Amino acid sequence: MSPASSAPAPVSAPGRVSIVRSVLTNPLGLIAAILLLLVIVATVFAPLIAPFAAGDLQIFKINAPPGDGYLLGGDGSGRDIFSRLVYGAQNTLIGALIALSVAAIIGVTAGLFAGYFGGRREVVMSWIADGLMALPALIVLLAFYQSLGSSIHVSMVIFGVMLSPGFYRLTRNLVNGVKHELYVDAARVSGLSDMRIIARHILLVIRAPVIIQTSIVAGISIVIQAGLEFLGLGDPSIPTWGGMLQDAFANMFVVPTAILWPGLAISVTVASFVLLANAIRDRLQQGNRVAAAPALPAAVPQSVGAAPTDAGVLLDVRDLVVGYPAKSGWTEVVNGVSLQLRRGEVLGLVGESGSGKTQTAFAILGLLSTGGRILSGCIWFDGRDIANLPESEMQKLRGKRIAYVPQEPMSNLDPAFRIGYQLTEPMVTVLGISRAEAKARALKLLARVGMPDPNRTFNSYPHQVSGGMAQRVLIARAISCSPDLLIADEPTTALDVTVQAEVLELMRDLQAEMNMSVVLVTHNFGVVADLCHRVSVMKDGRVVETSAVKTLFADPQHDYTKMLLAAVLDDVTPRVYKPLQAKEVSA
Amino acid sequence: MSDVIVECIDVNTHFGVHHVLKNINLTVRPGETVGLVGESGSGKTTLGRAILGIGPVSSGRILFEGQDIAGIAPRDRKGNAASIQAVFQDPYTSLNPSMTIEDILVEPIAARGQASKVDATAQVRKLLDQVALPSDAAYRYPREFSGGQRQRVAIARALALSPHLIVCDEPVSALDLSTQARVLELFVEIQERTGVAYLFVSHDLSVVRHISHRVAVMRGGEIVEFGECDQVTANPQHDYTKRLLLAAPVADPVRQADRRAALRALAVGA
Repeated sequence: MSPASSAPAPVSAPGRVSIVRSVLTNPLGLIAAILLLLVIVATVFAPLIAPFAAGDLQIFKINAPPGDGYLLGGDGSGRDIFSRLVYGAQNTLIGALIALSVAAIIGVTAGLFAGYFGGRREVVMSWIADGLMALPALIVLLAFYQSLGSSIHVSMVIFGVMLSPGFYRLTRNLVNGVKHELYVDAARVSGLSDMRIIARHILLVIRAPVIIQTSIVAGISIVIQAGLEFLGLGDPSIPTWGGMLQDAFANMFVVPTAILWPGLAISVTVASFVLLANAIRDRLQQGNRVAAAPALPAAVPQSVGAAPTDAGVLLDVRDLVVGYPAKSGWTEVVNGVSLQLRRGEVLGLVGESGSGKTQTAFAILGLLSTGGRILSGCIWFDGRDIANLPESEMQKLRGKRIAYVPQEPMSNLDPAFRIGYQLTEPMVTVLGISRAEAKARALKLLARVGMPDPNRTFNSYPHQVSGGMAQRVLIARAISCSPDLLIADEPTTALDVTVQAEVLELMRDLQAEMNMSVVLVTHNFGVVADLCHRVSVMKDGRVVETSAVKTLFADPQHDYTKMLLAAVLDDVTPRVYKPLQAKEVSA
Repeated sequence: MSDVIVECIDVNTHFGVHHVLKNINLTVRPGETVGLVGESGSGKTTLGRAILGIGPVSSGRILFEGQDIAGIAPRDRKGNAASIQAVFQDPYTSLNPSMTIEDILVEPIAARGQASKVDATAQVRKLLDQVALPSDAAYRYPREFSGGQRQRVAIARALALSPHLIVCDEPVSALDLSTQARVLELFVEIQERTGVAYLFVSHDLSVVRHISHRVAVMRGGEIVEFGECDQVTANPQHDYTKRLLLAAPVADPVRQADRRAALRALAVGA
């Protein structure tokens, strides 16, 4: 179990309603939404809002200052700037909407099909998308303007096609990410057609990133459209923000302020789209994380009591409390755990998910997930309290005196480096030995953990070895600096059962050979019975029972332990098959 | 009713150059559980998917109540073959996170056009009741449920079409020990009540022994041993089955030490 997955996660995730609400509670999101709403209202009710028609001109108000009926003054032809801004919003937004719709419809549809069906269809569509992306958009637009005439709408359709690869690539990648989910398989088994699976299961799940992309592309479309109009590629008789910009630019030395209004309209609208996209993205990424850690409970008690006097005790955890910041205060995932581990002893830490067993192990390693803290209690390791030790001090212990074997061997090896490098690097750093010496030791270790050809494994990349081999490599790395304490977190859970037996055998031999102390975190009572000397059973962040291994299985004391042992499926009598009568089968 | 509901005859599957199912012959009787046990890469999941119609079959026949369904997609299957259902391993990804439980349960019914919307809603109540979930669960989302509860929802979905066969692919592997025992009990209880047959795919021999009438052991795309549950799990004939059996540690330190020695002896002898 990784630290992240076992950190407490409240059971509520972003849903449709909560996204809208939380985007609006984000101040920037709210401002962006209000501004966009204003622009849309202006677009819809333009004839009611604008005091003049877009084309109305009064010859004596050419380049007039604000006032006298013209709220923002007159433009170079004596038309009301404010009225033209309002009508311009309409034309600008329609242009952007055309580009956006074309891009989204082509891109998302193609992405859904390419992603879902894959194969040759995906290859061909990706070629087309790459080809489109390689074309310089502005030059293509100018070429079409030459051949098709001055309609900005046609230009925006073409621009939409040019933008579609962005949607295509996003959608295809998202679909590739979800199409192998089991719920898609379940839908196929239920007899749904591919079309309905795409519509119901895939589109629904990937909609959020597509909406974010849409918002950003809306902003881009407005900028490009204004740019084209500014270059004079639009129809001069239709008011648009880009056209107004061009007009104001021509008269810049007469009325420098006139350029301000269309410029502001464009930048505020575009910024609103981008901010809205950011607000949605923040919401989706943030999930339920709490922004700021709550204050620590008053007076964190440090070093409760004195160091253990018995020199045979290597690890002595007392009243350990581990918490994660929650909406109000701290959620305690480990709630007063006490453990003792003697030198050369294997202690099993057993419990179900959420029992706090992994969190206890990570607290000892000083590797709690982000936000996690030891709130109280102490961890005496070889006469020293290491609870809340500074990271720099902890680093001196980890790897050298306290080692770790994880659950997922593959995700704990860096795919970019050879196994040999990953084995020798810690030895060179921690033990300060030469590279050659480290290599000699690494080869010896690889042979010791049962690699048939240590040289070959040394020069392999992680993907070239099996899961069981990778776990042996990690065990080799863990013992490379002869640690006093080994913390193994579900070390065999991800392995096949025959491989598990071999790895358990290896761990037992190494433990005896090196007289290591081991904390073995597991949910499997069989593994406990196989390897441990003593066992602590955990439930809801507490230890409910600690006994010698034989006592625990022969005479469990706590009700929870009894319940767990009763749930173990060893020694059941096989079921007896009774042939059914035809009528018994429910039809 | 014939005495066999599913019969695989010389089923082969190739993925590119890999021969992942090799001449599989397997039968499941009505109301029976056949456990399919093996390690990763043994082909057990591939065989389950072939029977479900969501995995490829290169050659051979899969007879379901007499009709050959090999290579036919679920939506093209007719009659009772159309109602073959699945319960998958991971209850966190087998339910669409953006759909309510009701939508999830109605989907198979709607896909087969079996009931009007109103009937389907009444059916949802009944299904939730069958898996011991409260009826107000219908309006909630999968994320609001624990792993065991989600797996109950997945079982309810599988029951929606009153299937004669459910392919269960590691349905309890992701669950905690105590939850696992309760979900297995539910599987048994449903089988005894409805007479549904299970093909129960698992890597865990103790789970398979608990629920199965007969057990097939797979390795490298082949069935190495197939027989009555107590025969295969108590008196295995094939060396691989023996090793598999001894490799799983039992929750008893004294017996586990004996088994360890026996496994070591077997490895030396091999």
